Amino acid sequence: MSPDGVAGCIEAPSPVAPARGQREVFCGLTGIVWLHRKMQDAFFLVVGSRTCAHLIQSAAGVMIFAEPRFATAIMDERDLAGLADAHDELDRVVAALLARRPQIRLLFLVGSCPSEVIKLDLSRAAQRLSRTHAPDVRVLAYSGSGIETTFTQGEDACLAAMVPGLAREDAQDALLVVGALPDIVEAQFARLFEALDIGPVRFLPPRASRELPGVGPGTRMLLAQPFLAETARLLQARGAMRIAAPFPFGAQGTSAWLRAAAASFGVADARVDAVIGPAHARAVAALARHREALSGKRIFFFPDSQLEIPLARFVARELGMIPVEIGTPYVHRAHMEPELALLPPDARVVEAGDVEAQLDRVRAARPDLTVCGLGLANPLEAEGLATKWSIELLFSPVHGYEQAADLAGLFARALARRAMLRV
Amino acid sequence: MQLSMWTYEGPPHIGAMRVATAMRGLHYVLHAPQGDTYADLLFTMIERAPTRPPVSYTSFQARDLGGDTAELFKDAVRVAYARFRPEAMLVGASCTAELLQDDPGGLARTLGLPVPVVGVELPAYQKKENWGAAETFYRLVRGFAAARVPPPGTVRARNAVPSCNILGPTALGFRHRDDLAEIRRLLARLGIEVRVVAPLGARPGDLARLGEADFNVVLYPEIAETAAGWLQRAFGQPCTKTVPIGVGATRDFIAEVAGLAGITDIASDIDEQCRLSWYARSVDSTYLTGKRVFIFADATHAIAAARVAADELGFRIVGLGTYSREQARAVREAAARHGVEALITDDYLEVEAAITAVQPELVLGTQMERHIAKRLGLACAVISAPAHVQDFPARTAPQMGFEGANVLFDAWVHPLMMGLEEHLLAMFRDDFEFGAAAAPSHLGAAVAAPVPAAPAWHEAATRELSKIPFFVRTKARRNAELYAIERGVGEVTVETLYEAKAHYAR
Repeated sequence: MSPDGVAGCIEAPSPVAPARGQREVFCGLTGIVWLHRKMQDAFFLVVGSRTCAHLIQSAAGVMIFAEPRFATAIMDERDLAGLADAHDELDRVVAALLARRPQIRLLFLVGSCPSEVIKLDLSRAAQRLSRTHAPDVRVLAYSGSGIETTFTQGEDACLAAMVPGLAREDAQDALLVVGALPDIVEAQFARLFEALDIGPVRFLPPRASRELPGVGPGTRMLLAQPFLAETARLLQARGAMRIAAPFPFGAQGTSAWLRAAAASFGVADARVDAVIGPAHARAVAALARHREALSGKRIFFFPDSQLEIPLARFVARELGMIPVEIGTPYVHRAHMEPELALLPPDARVVEAGDVEAQLDRVRAARPDLTVCGLGLANPLEAEGLATKWSIELLFSPVHGYEQAADLAGLFARALARRAMLRV
Repeated sequence: MQLSMWTYEGPPHIGAMRVATAMRGLHYVLHAPQGDTYADLLFTMIERAPTRPPVSYTSFQARDLGGDTAELFKDAVRVAYARFRPEAMLVGASCTAELLQDDPGGLARTLGLPVPVVGVELPAYQKKENWGAAETFYRLVRGFAAARVPPPGTVRARNAVPSCNILGPTALGFRHRDDLAEIRRLLARLGIEVRVVAPLGARPGDLARLGEADFNVVLYPEIAETAAGWLQRAFGQPCTKTVPIGVGATRDFIAEVAGLAGITDIASDIDEQCRLSWYARSVDSTYLTGKRVFIFADATHAIAAARVAADELGFRIVGLGTYSREQARAVREAAARHGVEALITDDYLEVEAAITAVQPELVLGTQMERHIAKRLGLACAVISAPAHVQDFPARTAPQMGFEGANVLFDAWVHPLMMGLEEHLLAMFRDDFEFGAAAAPSHLGAAVAAPVPAAPAWHEAATRELSKIPFFVRTKARRNAELYAIERGVGEVTVETLYEAKAHYAR
């Protein structure tokens, strides 16, 4: 085992294929909730139904504290009956929106289930609107529809939509970190890469659309999130080379992720040890208290965000928890290979599937902690199962060394609270 | 195509879910893609329901579209029946499935299930949540009660004990749970028997016997009016028109139900719980006189609030509006009575502009108006759906009946400044403690107490600190400084910041 605690390859568990039935997951539109905060000059316009609008405002429990940077162009009967040309209507809505919000530089037209079903071509609309509103505003399109995307795949689709427009990067040895990260985490990683003398380092998505990174054959990319299949594919098509690594959750995950980058850039081991050593040790120390509380506890993941496999690896290896079942919407074999190798060999990985069957299994297994969506959490609590809402894992800073204990704390708090209550 | 930043009402199938979830023994199969399951959390998180709503979704995907989505729907109905064994099933489509035109009602009927199946078509591109609830409730009532409709011309015989049904309360309704308890109590005091409450708590079989009661109490017209209208036509069953919100409306309601029930002898102390009347007349309430109030809510609550505000608290209405377009006429009439023009819109930005323009002293609205009022620094009380987790208080807090009126008094008056306090502020407005920047005096200086001999901050550390979310920033700063002092570190660096974080995490 290496000093960071990551062992060599163990025989990977092989995922169980999905079963038909009801899927209790969000659609890709949900990603807008964090993406619009990350990219401050971007606006997300969902072209959809009242359901889409209601989903976004309900899913995150979002109340609007100011005029938001997302909205829904709600299609009505006239659009569907062909009485109004949907493209003309969209042009009108976009013009009104841009007039109202002159600070918008990047507008995403986000496809939804109804817009996909009526085959409204938003890519074409985006090209047309880009021409109309150039040079002030660039318009891109992606689909966040529930018939095509699950929850975090919305971010993948959004980032993928940006790839064709990225400038050509000619620099050799540029590092591109892919996946929306909270600003503070981005800053931490940037400092670590700088200390490792890796760079220039760019992030996708950036905070402002004018800071979009370039990409080219000299680019190496490091995925910060496990759900970016399409974005990675397109970046690879632009010449970028993917650095295979586990994802930066927990001390070990973060070290393995950084070491993979360092190895790719030929940084000497001694230097890597010196740079990451103190932060790694600090994270391990901060995790100790949570490890005490969580070690030996059985954990069950409902499929939700595609973070499940890296998180299961983290809680198993660094907190001593026992993953009973690791449900995940989809397993990208290539991206997950380093993670699967680090899971306990008897871990059960289940792709998507039927929520009723999952409920039967969780009731039979009676784990100590169940990670699930908001629709299931209170009902399972009422059945006596401790739960952790999975959406919080997306909405709080959990990557990297300094957040490792915070991440563990999300799991520990659910159990600590139950232990405290005497009502 | 309409640009919407936020919506007061969900799509119509959410209304259907509110009805289905309120009932017992009913299961709703919704032809819908996977993302539509978000609706479950409205019930489990906002209302804190300890069980999942009785709803199954077909979760069709893009790859199913070329194939047989109708077969997928039929499978889902079969599976849901086998698993949940409901007494009846409700079937329908959400916005996306509506485009597929699979006809859920027709498909479900071909399955030959051993229980009744009610199909409900809710045009998602025209209608909204409340309409969906009303239509679903009407379809269910009609579906189960139609077989017992008497032949035309049948004269209704009055029951020995006067009886009614209570129609309208649903899951995820604004204070429906508490209103129902209050109105049940009031009806019991009047000696009126409640036969069926629906949809909340009703089983499909209960809907079949709705025609037995002498009349219907319509608590929430947005939801129950359509069904009550049909019951009136089919069974000759009259229904109430008064919504008992406020003292006056509660008295009118009592008179109305007494008339319908043939009761002439009403106990003189029927209003013994009522405190609002006296509180409003007590001298300390003088300061409420003419307070300028802006009201925006669903139609029922907006109209009722205007009456309470004007007649029972002595406020002046400076704005009245609703997002319920279906009931716009009634709101316009009420607005005219109060001398204002009604605001009919479902765009909260228009509501915000209207509030900003009139600068009221009190806003009575939905959770959205609460946010608007907060931004504008105005007092606010929430009087209407869309329901928010705060609208399901642990205590009983009805809006209806005499106790409901008491709740309204508290909820609307407490956000306002008390009379003498207001005078002092006006007389001594130059007092430094009245300034906008002053910290509350009772919190003293403790809030901002700096760490003694705090070490200097490295520039990079200050930058890093600024990236920490504002609500934990003060704590992070303090922890870092204490940690630095403890370790004898002269300067707080980024490393110190994170060393401290890890240290205090232990």
